Amino acid sequence: MTGRAAHFHINGEEYNIYIRNADTLLYVIRGKTGFTGAKPGCLNGDCGACTVIVNGWPVKSCLMLAVEAEGEEIITAEGLHGSEIQKAFVKYFAFQCGYCTPGYIMNCQTLITQYPEADRNKIKEWLDSNICRCTSYEEIEQALYSVLRQHR
Amino acid sequence: MLSKFAHAEIDSISTDRAMKIPGVRGVLTGEGLPLTGEEMKDRPPVAWGKVRYHGEVTAVVIADDPVTAAKAANLVEINYKPLPVVQTPSEAVKENAPLVHENTGIYEKDEGVNPIPGTNIASHTKIRKGSIQRGREESEVTIEESFFIPPSDHAAMETRSAAAEVKPDGKVIITTSSQAPFMVKKLMNSYFGIELGKVVVHTPLVGGGYGGKASVQQEILAYLASMKAGGRPVKIVYPREADLITAPCHMGMEATIKLWATRDGKLKAAEIQYLVEAGAYSDKAIHLTRAAAIDCTGPYFIENVWCDSYCVYTNHPYPAPYRGFSHSEVHFCFERAMDILAGKLNMDPLELRFRNAIRPGQTTPTQYKVNRSTVGDLPECIRRLKKLIRWEEGAVVRINERQLKVKGISCLWKNSTIPPDSTSGAIITFNEDGTANLISGVVEIGTGTKTVLAQIVAETLKMDINNIFVRMEIDTQTTPEHWKTVASRGTLMGGRAAMAAAEDAARQLKAIASCVLRARIEDLDIADSRVFIREEPDKGLHFKDIAYGYTFPNGNSIGGQIIGRGNYILRNLTHIDKETGKGKPGPEWAVGAQGVEIQFDCRDYTYKLIRAISVLDAGKVLNWKAARGQVTGAMSMGLAFAGREAFIFDKEGRIMNPQLRTYRPLHFSEKTEYIVDFVETPHVDAPFGARGLGEQGLISLPAALGNAISAAIELQVTSLPLTPETIWRMKEAER
Amino acid sequence: MIPFDFEYYKPSSISEAVELHRQLDEAGKKPVYYSGGTEIITLSRLNLFYTEAVIDIKGIPECCLCEKEGTRLHLGAGLPLAEIERADYFPLLTVTSKDIADNTARMKITLGGNVCSELIYREAILPFLLSDSQVVTAGASGEVSRPVNEFFNKEIVLEKGEFLVRFITEERFLRAPYFHTKRRKQWNTGYPLITVAALQEEGKTRTAYSGLSPFPFRSRIMEESLNRDNTPLRRKAEQAVNNIPHEIISDSEGSAEYRKFVLKNVLMDVMTRMGRRGPE
Ligand code: FES
Ligand code: FES
Repeated sequence: MTGRAAHFHINGEEYNIYIRNADTLLYVIRGKTGFTGAKPGCLNGDCGACTVIVNGWPVKSCLMLAVEAEGEEIITAEGLHGSEIQKAFVKYFAFQCGYCTPGYIMNCQTLITQYPEADRNKIKEWLDSNICRCTSYEEIEQALYSVLRQHR
Repeated sequence: MLSKFAHAEIDSISTDRAMKIPGVRGVLTGEGLPLTGEEMKDRPPVAWGKVRYHGEVTAVVIADDPVTAAKAANLVEINYKPLPVVQTPSEAVKENAPLVHENTGIYEKDEGVNPIPGTNIASHTKIRKGSIQRGREESEVTIEESFFIPPSDHAAMETRSAAAEVKPDGKVIITTSSQAPFMVKKLMNSYFGIELGKVVVHTPLVGGGYGGKASVQQEILAYLASMKAGGRPVKIVYPREADLITAPCHMGMEATIKLWATRDGKLKAAEIQYLVEAGAYSDKAIHLTRAAAIDCTGPYFIENVWCDSYCVYTNHPYPAPYRGFSHSEVHFCFERAMDILAGKLNMDPLELRFRNAIRPGQTTPTQYKVNRSTVGDLPECIRRLKKLIRWEEGAVVRINERQLKVKGISCLWKNSTIPPDSTSGAIITFNEDGTANLISGVVEIGTGTKTVLAQIVAETLKMDINNIFVRMEIDTQTTPEHWKTVASRGTLMGGRAAMAAAEDAARQLKAIASCVLRARIEDLDIADSRVFIREEPDKGLHFKDIAYGYTFPNGNSIGGQIIGRGNYILRNLTHIDKETGKGKPGPEWAVGAQGVEIQFDCRDYTYKLIRAISVLDAGKVLNWKAARGQVTGAMSMGLAFAGREAFIFDKEGRIMNPQLRTYRPLHFSEKTEYIVDFVETPHVDAPFGARGLGEQGLISLPAALGNAISAAIELQVTSLPLTPETIWRMKEAER
Repeated sequence: MIPFDFEYYKPSSISEAVELHRQLDEAGKKPVYYSGGTEIITLSRLNLFYTEAVIDIKGIPECCLCEKEGTRLHLGAGLPLAEIERADYFPLLTVTSKDIADNTARMKITLGGNVCSELIYREAILPFLLSDSQVVTAGASGEVSRPVNEFFNKEIVLEKGEFLVRFITEERFLRAPYFHTKRRKQWNTGYPLITVAALQEEGKTRTAYSGLSPFPFRSRIMEESLNRDNTPLRRKAEQAVNNIPHEIISDSEGSAEYRKFVLKNVLMDVMTRMGRRGPE
């Protein structure tokens, strides 16, 4: 069998979807659930635009087979609608074209939850996983710090 | 299917096996397709007969789903006979260079395109101002240097994509990630003869462009694929690899610059040759070549200028515009030459620039006499840069045995050489609650221009910006045209059109209100979504009561729906003269001065960016945070371009770094400190005097970095990108 | 988009995995063991990899070990690099790991996946090469344990159907002074131009390299040069560079000559740092 009916938890909802084993999580989420927050930027693990949260940690959904995510808790950008970090991105002008933004928001959100005490090095280490071609990263850093400050 | 060769004859293409896969609806090849190209039609939309660059499209498989298409694509068989490749413009212009195009002389072309038949030169633009002879005679010091910049890429995070559908009545509906939906419409007409009214192009929000999405490529493929599949809707999404190498790239360039000056640093003459790398097809490269000629000297007044700018074919990807439209390349070469001249004169490079900075009353290389409005205030930018970068500390300061702190500076200018008849339109409609809708053809690509347009309308109608809804998507059938969202012209052209539409709406609102209030129009004023009598502000009407006509208590109604219309066309632009380049090529020159500070390791030849500074004449800053974001974003891109980004070609002309893990934009931990300052010398024609800002932040940073590194190693850097290995090589060669 | 189909299995024991492999192989399905899978996914997408069956080893408890037992550290091949960093039992491995790919990718890239990669870098092997670690593999003949340099010498030595289960490292190496540095073509992003990992054992510095040759390696001859007494630092580094036992690569990250130049400087840094540091 090269495919199966699989069960997913995405943004607190349940989905039964027929998938190929060779389908990536990104392909399944975008193509079969209507959640388009995760963006295809490279399909190669290099840009971070497709980042989603799986069981509390950021994952590049182009680097994960959908079968591997079966039964796990998945959150996409849509699941963080109205979150502090999303608001901070708006407030600090942390996006221009916005294509990289959902990926950053997922990554930042996990960093905030897992490491509210994150120092400069940790932040660098984490944010180097994504590429933003529009901004100078300055505004993204400001948005992240503004939320981290509230959590300390 | 993409070509694996940079230059080869296509011996045969066999699609039979692919066609047999269930779910495959067709395989498009280049057979019988018309030639395309913006100013000269030299490009088959799908390669036919031969391939001219690595990554060129050779066949398109149309299938019911992407997996089937990918499976079938593996079954298309193509046989090639490799040909010798041409890898640099200077190689390409040599006497016996292999020809990339055999038919350069006979392609259909626009006015102003000057190919040289039998060569690899697709076009030639000349600047002839004053007399080089005279300039030389009046000079004491001269320098000459050659420069090299390889092609690179925009690497927008959203790759190119398009969908097309051909309806039974012949209507062609295209949705595309583009900066130029109206150009797509025109070109579909020009290439395929489709009636203009039957082409409808939709453009939603675009995930980054930087010029790269101003070229038209994927739309053509989507349309042809749909035709092939009987008009069915077909969608094409470029994988990153294709977005980097197949889609139009960022141009390469070679240059030779000779400068003559008096001993006290007055520039007397410049003789310049630019070889713009057109790659495999001329498309936008012809225009890029022209733009390079027009602003060839950087922002300096030189009486005698001679420039030959050539558009040269090679077996590399062909370029789209890239933030700055050939200006960052021109400035890297020219501003490096300025530092070399300063060295020879034994003069402070900042002082040399200050002395020669173009001022009102002086002329450009195109012999246009500038004033404050058209050229801004470069000397003031230089003055402020001097302070911000603490120039008095010296360009090179030793920190310890190994480390130096080094500064480099450079200046910039940019005019947008857009067609003299470029136009922009805007419409304002109202909702029944009195809020307004703004519809403009400017594409939102992340520059925030549409927010600025809403601000302009809000300001003009004195209404709360939150009550203005901006239509973000473009649909060429119902959205008034905006030529292209490029060249930092959204604010000027789109802004003037929006302003005119707002004024038009205000006039109509007042006309209705004047009847109801029984007051002369001149006595009425507008604010807070109300029209009222100026003398008695509480006597007035809310927009909601008049925007759809006014109904008297007895039911009589007057007026009707209000639709504000506005347009703008650039004033008094001219084509440039074929022999001398004389003319007014664009509305204004934006100027600025930039600097970088690095920490340089003398043992390893590595360097860290410490800060980068931009002082730009913005005319008027309309939204400070957004303006700063545009400038720092451009600076970040410029530093990556200067320090790292370039396509790496192997001996056969294949691109070795077609992924974001090998073609590397700047990442978070590599960012530096950005200092941005604005001078405000209004551009009189523009809304509130604002000048374009999307590109300037990039233009001169590569040069500033080159100048800093040259100061650090006491050798002249003449190529990009500036990697430690390049520097090491220069040092080794010196030994 | 992976343009072919495959079966997917997630066995929960070593024997089950081995048996599955045998069966699938017999059926001609070219089975592969799948750990993080990042490389299988990205190479398949480009038609550079093909299989008809993957066997995910992340459900096998032994492959997910991350624990100290007595004086020995066990690290399973199926552990994501990020998890190894969080546990931080082996500081040299932690810092080496942190320089591989990027943080989010390391949530998915596993120890086994990196070590068994088709790329030339495989940096995660370096700390094990320096610490005389043992490697446990499993195959038709059951679980076997052998010294790392028998498992990895230029190439990975695995029989058909055999897979990497875990590494075992003695505690004293976990506490030994160490140093790690990665030089790239430019700034902080990209594949290594050169990565050097160093560990001190009985007063001698051991070094292992990635990015220098077509495979990662540890070199005793270079170590001899570096540990020579009464030799000036620069001389030691030069000698070590002259003694590089393998071909030095030239690629788009850098030329062989440039790599030698960088290595010399990096080795001086390594020796300075190691000289200064006592056990931690
Ligand atoms: S699309 Fe997944 S990292 Fe780029
Ligand atoms: S906002 Fe455009 S890529 Fe980040």
